[in-house]
Amino acid sequence: MHNLLSTLILIPLIGAAFILFVPKGREGTLNNIRWIALITTLVTFAVSVLAWHRFDPTSPAFQLVEQGPWISDAIRFKLGVDGYSMPFILLSTFLMPFCIVASWVSVEKRVAEYMIAFLVLEALMIGVFAALDLVLFYVFFEAGLIPMFLIIGVWGGKRRIYASFKFFLYTLLGSVLMLVAIMTMYWTAGTTDIPTLMKFAFPASMQKWLWFGFFASFAVKMPMWPLHTWLPDAHVEAPTAGSVILAAILLKMGGYGFLRFSLPMFPIASAEFAHFMFFLSLGAIIYTSLVALVQEDVKKLIAYSSVAHMGYVTLGIFTLTEQGIEGAMFQMISHGLISAALFLCVGVIYDRMHTREISAYGGLVHRMPLYAAVMLIFTMANVGLPGTCGFIGEFLTLLGSRIANSWVALFATTGVVLSATYALWMYARVVLGKLVKPELMNIKDINLREATLLIPLAILTIYFGFHANAILDVVSVPTEPLLASIKAAVSSVKTASLLAP
Amino acid sequence: MIQAIVFFPLLGFLIAGLFGRVIGARASEIATTGLMVAAAVFSWVTFVNVGYGGGGKVHMIASWIRSGSFEVDWALRVDTLTAVMLVVVNSVSALVHLYSIGYMHEDPSRPRFFAYLSLFTFAMLMLVTSDNLVQMFFGWEGVGLASYLLIGFWYDRPTAVAASMKAFIVNRVGDFGFAFGIFVIFVLTGTVEFDALFGKIEMLQGVQVDFIGIDWDALTIICLLLFIGAMGKSAQFLLHTWLPDAMEGPTPVSALIHAATMVTAGVFMVARLSPLFEAAPGALTVVVVVGATTAFFAATVGLVQNDIKRVIAYSTCSQLGYMFVALGSGAYGAGIFHLFTHAFFKALLFLGAGSVIHAMHHEQDIRKMGGLAGKIPFTTTMMAIGTLALTGFPMTAGYFSKDAIIEAAFASHNAAQTYAFILLVAAAFMTSFYSWRLFFLTFTGKPRWGHAAHGHDEHGHHAHDHNDHGHGSHEPHEAPFVMLLPLLLLSIGALVAGFVFAPAFIGESYDHFWKGALFTGEHNHILHDMHGVPGWVKYSPFVMMILGFLLAFLFYVAKPHLPRELAESQPILYRFLLNKWYFDEIYDFIFVNPAKAIGRFLWKQGDGRVIDGIGPDGVAARVSNIAAGAVKLQSGYLYHYAFAMLIGLAVFVTWYMFGGAH
Repeated sequence: MHNLLSTLILIPLIGAAFILFVPKGREGTLNNIRWIALITTLVTFAVSVLAWHRFDPTSPAFQLVEQGPWISDAIRFKLGVDGYSMPFILLSTFLMPFCIVASWVSVEKRVAEYMIAFLVLEALMIGVFAALDLVLFYVFFEAGLIPMFLIIGVWGGKRRIYASFKFFLYTLLGSVLMLVAIMTMYWTAGTTDIPTLMKFAFPASMQKWLWFGFFASFAVKMPMWPLHTWLPDAHVEAPTAGSVILAAILLKMGGYGFLRFSLPMFPIASAEFAHFMFFLSLGAIIYTSLVALVQEDVKKLIAYSSVAHMGYVTLGIFTLTEQGIEGAMFQMISHGLISAALFLCVGVIYDRMHTREISAYGGLVHRMPLYAAVMLIFTMANVGLPGTCGFIGEFLTLLGSRIANSWVALFATTGVVLSATYALWMYARVVLGKLVKPELMNIKDINLREATLLIPLAILTIYFGFHANAILDVVSVPTEPLLASIKAAVSSVKTASLLAP
Repeated sequence: MIQAIVFFPLLGFLIAGLFGRVIGARASEIATTGLMVAAAVFSWVTFVNVGYGGGGKVHMIASWIRSGSFEVDWALRVDTLTAVMLVVVNSVSALVHLYSIGYMHEDPSRPRFFAYLSLFTFAMLMLVTSDNLVQMFFGWEGVGLASYLLIGFWYDRPTAVAASMKAFIVNRVGDFGFAFGIFVIFVLTGTVEFDALFGKIEMLQGVQVDFIGIDWDALTIICLLLFIGAMGKSAQFLLHTWLPDAMEGPTPVSALIHAATMVTAGVFMVARLSPLFEAAPGALTVVVVVGATTAFFAATVGLVQNDIKRVIAYSTCSQLGYMFVALGSGAYGAGIFHLFTHAFFKALLFLGAGSVIHAMHHEQDIRKMGGLAGKIPFTTTMMAIGTLALTGFPMTAGYFSKDAIIEAAFASHNAAQTYAFILLVAAAFMTSFYSWRLFFLTFTGKPRWGHAAHGHDEHGHHAHDHNDHGHGSHEPHEAPFVMLLPLLLLSIGALVAGFVFAPAFIGESYDHFWKGALFTGEHNHILHDMHGVPGWVKYSPFVMMILGFLLAFLFYVAKPHLPRELAESQPILYRFLLNKWYFDEIYDFIFVNPAKAIGRFLWKQGDGRVIDGIGPDGVAARVSNIAAGAVKLQSGYLYHYAFAMLIGLAVFVTWYMFGGAH
């Protein structure tokens, strides 16, 4: 199979098409739809594992490359993966079956449309990470908004309209600026081929504007402080599976974008804006951690905690050190697992009680000991306890930040105290204590379906905590050449400015 | 063998933790305890082999983190220092497991309890066998997790849950320093592995490094940052507030974690990094000052506490201060020796206290005890031995190690030497007083329990327990054999560990025993100087011990009305001490409440008013107004917008095809 990546994008679409043709309104229809969706996502995952098998993680080159004519000779349909994108593709295809199973009973209206939205979203997500053409990337990147917009807007909670428009407005603003930057790049370089653009030296003055155009889009996606306020609302209103994908994959597109575009294509601007990024990252880590502390809604708390954790990612990336960048990659993948699991955990109690108010719970451990145990693992991973994957990313990005700037590292490290405070406090209020609320007296522990969702995530959370090299060895391969090229670009500017009269 | 020592407890944790519900409580107890006993036996073998034989080595297991030049391995380092810790950790842990079979007999969650105990032991072993700073940090936070879980074991009690969170968060403050220290070390030396790091110390000498805008001597700032971690874990002054509250955990936990092992991790860390600290005299001075202050401060608070466990907790805090003074004076051997002996007698005191609490049906207030000597004579004897060892009665364990520390404090050339010496001697007096106060109030005099004591319950939250079964209806009774055996074994340690091991730890066999595991600089002759101190210095702890005993005897046996009169004549001082110098209140005022207030402010004003107000709400509010007015069309609207986006995309692509691409 020479077109493994396009096959990966196609499979979910084929599954979606199948669902379209399932006859409506008969007995068992809904279950058939669910099974089709589940099987499709499982097959996609299996094919992505095959792709991983074909992928040589020791080579920094783009692999599994396939291309064909598309819009013009310069704008081609080109796919390929390297050590940055491959992990995200695996993460996306891995989490998709979880989303389907998580929605198995909780979504009852418009099941077919719901599953189609998710399958289309999956195809687009894979496309984002596999695209090797700027325009193709943009199309996937923006098109991904639509299914997510629908998932929040149609299957969301009470304030879903407000949340989906907020989500839409923010992202739209960012993408307009990115589009302008992409057009400028095309006119300057004459191509939209990503590998070529990575080697193309844009003039230093132009880099700043281009960098800013991409920044606008990625900073909204991450989301970076102070552009984060759409996220808590979106999470709160989104159905569980929507939150999972939003936190685990969609947020990572911002970080991936910085690594794929901003750093290699605008190295001089990236180095110049590093302090600006540090400032925003610290804002994310400290500001949103403090805000998370006082949240009264479980999902909002986790959403704010996601913003704080993404702060470590941007911090790490812009340290322009190996530890920082690899730590940021690790942090994104580990947060993908942990936040997915945390939102699934919230889904478990939401499905039972239909409230997300922290104060509506308390003492769950009495009736739900298994739930308490699993939740504890993910809470501790969120806190960054060594032995879970949450630790590695946090530690490496902080280490990188210390190499880059002592003050930044000092402030960023306060995050470890704050995260412990909000996470443990929430755990204590929801899970621990006496069981006094009468409506909780008959709450049931996690069932087999929920255990199948949470236990693999728990195992991976611990596995990557102990065997960090499983991820680090993959992401370090593209990092070394990236840093070398940034260094060369920055030093060439310095020599040029020395020579200038 | 070292693999067995470290991983047996992990195996026990997995068995009891994963299958505890399936195999039942009894099987979980047997599995965890059996594995712990085996690990303890192997530890003693290792101790003899390494300490009195050929020395140790490093066992590689696997690579853990590899990022650029930052490399961390999972490895087990065995040298004499590790071997000492193995013995301490595994012996006490095995005995505590055994004891818990009796103590936790009525608890429905025993598999969970034993799983946590074994998890703690595993994390502690990873800490003491680590060959690099990051694995040490793993163990460091791992024991923090286990401590959190065990303090909050009875999660029904709000006080226990609060105490467990406090322990974890205060320790995180310390870990902040530890982690930051690791970062600075890596930036300066490019390594986090111990031997490689020690090899670069010479290179670091005289190097200046910027931290919070000030130029520091590199070695000093590294040591100070790491020491912040040690202060958190070992509950030193300013970061001590979690330890007394940690007594909310079951008593065996207090004995294992909050007396014998985890809280000594800070002491171990400084000893392990002795080559670094030896090269940073400024940092050593800070260690001495903090240690001496803690020793004194905790002892003053211990004078007036009424909860049997809290008295011992403050005593632990104070004794840890002693250990740090020894380390700061350069007498690393004496510090570790006190860690070693303290583990035996403090675990003995805690388990003895547990036996008292068991006998009193979960009453912990010593004002409601009294006259127990006749009822539980064995426990009384054990507590007497523990008290003698703690106060440093001649030939008991504490006599050798504590007196050595006081001598070291006097003999050292540290800048804070006089300060430390005076405070330690004063603390020795108070130690003796509060220890005997506890003993007399608990075991002698007239019983204050039974029907007479019923009703007044101002410290009720300590006394409440989930398996309450009516105070006073039972006579106090001696604990079962599984609880008494650990007491007996620990009492042997409390009596003989001093003179058996003194030659090796601090005496003539020092070099042969440690084999370089503890580093002392060229100009450090503290062990020699300790023997040359004047006679009055040597006798001062002994005199203090006698005076403390006499005063306690006067107050609580001869003239029991005196304490009340004294407290009434000095109400401010009394309340100051009873409220632990008001640290909790001050921290709430400075940190806890402002953090919540700021968080709320940022959320409502920052996110709500400023960001959303300027940004999306101006636009979105209008949109949602329209949407709210057109309820029926809600979902239709969404499709509209989605459709508009698709059209936009199509327009863009078309434009590109025909206009943009020439």
